[in-house]
Amino acid sequence: MTTEEVQRKFTKLNEILDKHEHKPSNLVAILQDVQAEYRYLPEEVMSYIATDLQIPASTVFGVATFYAQFSLRPKGKTIIRVCNGTACHVRGSQNVRYAIMQKLGLKEGQDTTDDMQFTVETVSCLGACGLAPVVMIGDEVYGQTTPETMQVIMDQLLAKGRKSDDQDHQ
Amino acid sequence: MITVDGVQVKLDGEKNLLEVISKAGINLPTFCYLSELSVYGACRMCMVDADGHLVPACSTPPVDGMNIKTNTDRIRKIRRTIIELLLANHDRECTSCERNGSCKLQAIAYQLGIDKVRFPQATMESPVDASSPSIVRNPNKCILCGDCVRMCREVQGMGVLDFQFRGSKAAVGPAFCKPLAEVDCTNCGQCVQVCPTGALSVKNDVPEVWAVLSEPDTFPVIQVAPAVRVALGEAFGLGKGKEVTGKIAAALRRLGFKRVFDTVFSADLTAVEETHELLGRLKDGGPFPLFTSCCPAWVKMLEMHYREYLGNLSSCMSPQQMLGSLIKNCLCEDVSREGKKVVVVSAMPCTAKKFEIRRAQFEESKPVDLVLTTSELARMIKEAGIDFEALEEAEFDEPFGTITGGGLLFGATGGVAEAVLRTAAVMLADEDAMKKIVFDEVRGLEGIREAEVTLAGNKLKVCIVNGLGNARKLLEQIKRGEKHYHVVEVMACPGGCAGGGGQPISQDPCVKKARISKIIGIDSAMKLRLPPENPAVKETYRRWLGEPGSQRAHECLHTWYGPRKRIAGESIAITGDETAKLSKGLKPVDVEVCVGTGCYLKGSYDVLKKLMENVNSNPDLVGRVNLKATFCLEHCDQGVSARINGKIVVGITPENVLEVLGKALKEA
Repeated sequence: MTTEEVQRKFTKLNEILDKHEHKPSNLVAILQDVQAEYRYLPEEVMSYIATDLQIPASTVFGVATFYAQFSLRPKGKTIIRVCNGTACHVRGSQNVRYAIMQKLGLKEGQDTTDDMQFTVETVSCLGACGLAPVVMIGDEVYGQTTPETMQVIMDQLLAKGRKSDDQDHQ
Repeated sequence: MITVDGVQVKLDGEKNLLEVISKAGINLPTFCYLSELSVYGACRMCMVDADGHLVPACSTPPVDGMNIKTNTDRIRKIRRTIIELLLANHDRECTSCERNGSCKLQAIAYQLGIDKVRFPQATMESPVDASSPSIVRNPNKCILCGDCVRMCREVQGMGVLDFQFRGSKAAVGPAFCKPLAEVDCTNCGQCVQVCPTGALSVKNDVPEVWAVLSEPDTFPVIQVAPAVRVALGEAFGLGKGKEVTGKIAAALRRLGFKRVFDTVFSADLTAVEETHELLGRLKDGGPFPLFTSCCPAWVKMLEMHYREYLGNLSSCMSPQQMLGSLIKNCLCEDVSREGKKVVVVSAMPCTAKKFEIRRAQFEESKPVDLVLTTSELARMIKEAGIDFEALEEAEFDEPFGTITGGGLLFGATGGVAEAVLRTAAVMLADEDAMKKIVFDEVRGLEGIREAEVTLAGNKLKVCIVNGLGNARKLLEQIKRGEKHYHVVEVMACPGGCAGGGGQPISQDPCVKKARISKIIGIDSAMKLRLPPENPAVKETYRRWLGEPGSQRAHECLHTWYGPRKRIAGESIAITGDETAKLSKGLKPVDVEVCVGTGCYLKGSYDVLKKLMENVNSNPDLVGRVNLKATFCLEHCDQGVSARINGKIVVGITPENVLEVLGKALKEA
């Protein structure tokens, strides 16, 4: 990371703490905002938050590990959530997941691509069982997916990603 | 009125059903209910039938007219299932467990007649954390009752342990799964005292002590703390609060110790040195309050969390270290005549004492080599097959075996304060107070107690605290300027050393009280009760130390304190990784600004902001200055600190930071 990126994050971290008035009762919201910025919760950042809120670091760690939405490992830029709730599961969500993993070149047990662009998560229910199997890419919801449609969607996504990378370089 | 199993029980302000049920003579099994902690309701062992509904007795308030059943088929079945589930998730190596015989899980499983576990055994693969010199954590034995979590947070105000992860992965441990030695644990051992199983146990130093005892070239010496003599008997079934001083001396000789000394003697000495310090501060006008320094858990807490008060701590070593120091510095000429190496062991009610002997201050001098807790001592006596009850009482050895009641009081909350007051009465020649001896105003069991005592016209405001959480409360009040004292006695454990983390574990809530009243009872029956009148203390000054507070006394009996890092870990990088590319042959400068609490509150973020702005607006510096935010450089008492190319710089402000950076760049 460049100095500019690193400093933006650190400044943002302090802005987040200001925004939440340094209140321990806002811990979950603070962690959410921080994770949005860092894409995960680095240990030293959690220590910093504990120091700022004047609460034990064990409390911050306890909250961060309780909720599935928080990650202690760096996540990819785009998060793909594959629902594996009962409805999605019986309609073949596992095969949908395999198709995505294959497209991204992820091995079993690996959830983030080496280039840190994508993270694939399995979630318990997205609350859209009528559309099963459901996949969320970023904030967008894809319903009634199949391994085949997922391959098409992933191809589009990867092409778009490459294009925006090219633009970044220009 | 409530009906419990057909018996009518009158309600009298009980907080929960559990209390009402116990009034009816029924002891329900519990893991997570401890009267001194908040109600948690996690273990579900105390489920009862209340008017046909299943409710946990510990967290259900009693309502007039309730009909409670505690012993139905359904409830028995539930209890047994819970125990079976706990056992399936528990490392059941009972025969080799520290807590074999004192384990609550074992006891309740037996009580409920569990003869087999229907569920397959879970794998037991979590690593055991033996990093701390005081406490061993074995997660495979944890039943997630949360007693340690609440003890550490609610009573001790620390929050070192907490729940982490969830569901089947749920665990209890320090932040970031770090080893205990790398977080802000004070080593008080109260978590061990409340743990129902062997998940938290005292670090076992018995093998090391046996090794010393069987080594032909050593001369093993032991000292025994005041609170050990009123608790050791419990481990031999002699009942609570029984005094076994003479038997301890006899047992220790049988174990092979060449000299058996009394830490009460050095408690007397501590009282004299500390009172001398107090009177000196009265003359010089401060700093007040004078904090006692006998309790290593309290000292460590202050070093980690309240560095601004380190100057208030008495410079006296704890009685344990004082006696060790005297033995090694002064007595060695006497006792090492056999040409052997003197090894000092101490028997303490305390787990933090194991940490204290490893403090950097004692690394070279090593006044005490090994610490045994009361429980470990009991195990050694048992292992040696000594019939403790039948032992004939023996005396402690001179020259460190004569004691006064004042020193003995160090074993209970309020005792150090009372010993200091008694000593002050002598030093200030207050005849009335010397005759009265007892200072009732400092006695009691409340967490924070205040007293005002006038000695020879000097008004002394005294405060006594037990429990580290209470100490924090008081420190905050002192910080806000709401409270002013001359002396504050702090003992980290509730009840003081009598309730120490290394004492025999008991489920009986009255045991601490019994130990404390015994200590007070022994004192009141003693002839010598004023520490300065201890002939052994007088002789020690005459032979070795000169006067109280003399230079020799300071070399031998005093120590120092320093800020201490709370948690080990990485720094936060604030510059990128382009350093190497852009360094243009110039040496990079590493600037790590401390963002530990002390510095953070003094504005280290403003310093960092200034540095960031400067680096960003100066293209020459991008890549040359390596900026980091780091946690605690242990110079908290000297303003915002930073480590610049490995060197500590203190007193940094947003105004002078650019100058500091400029200098560092020039030097590089």
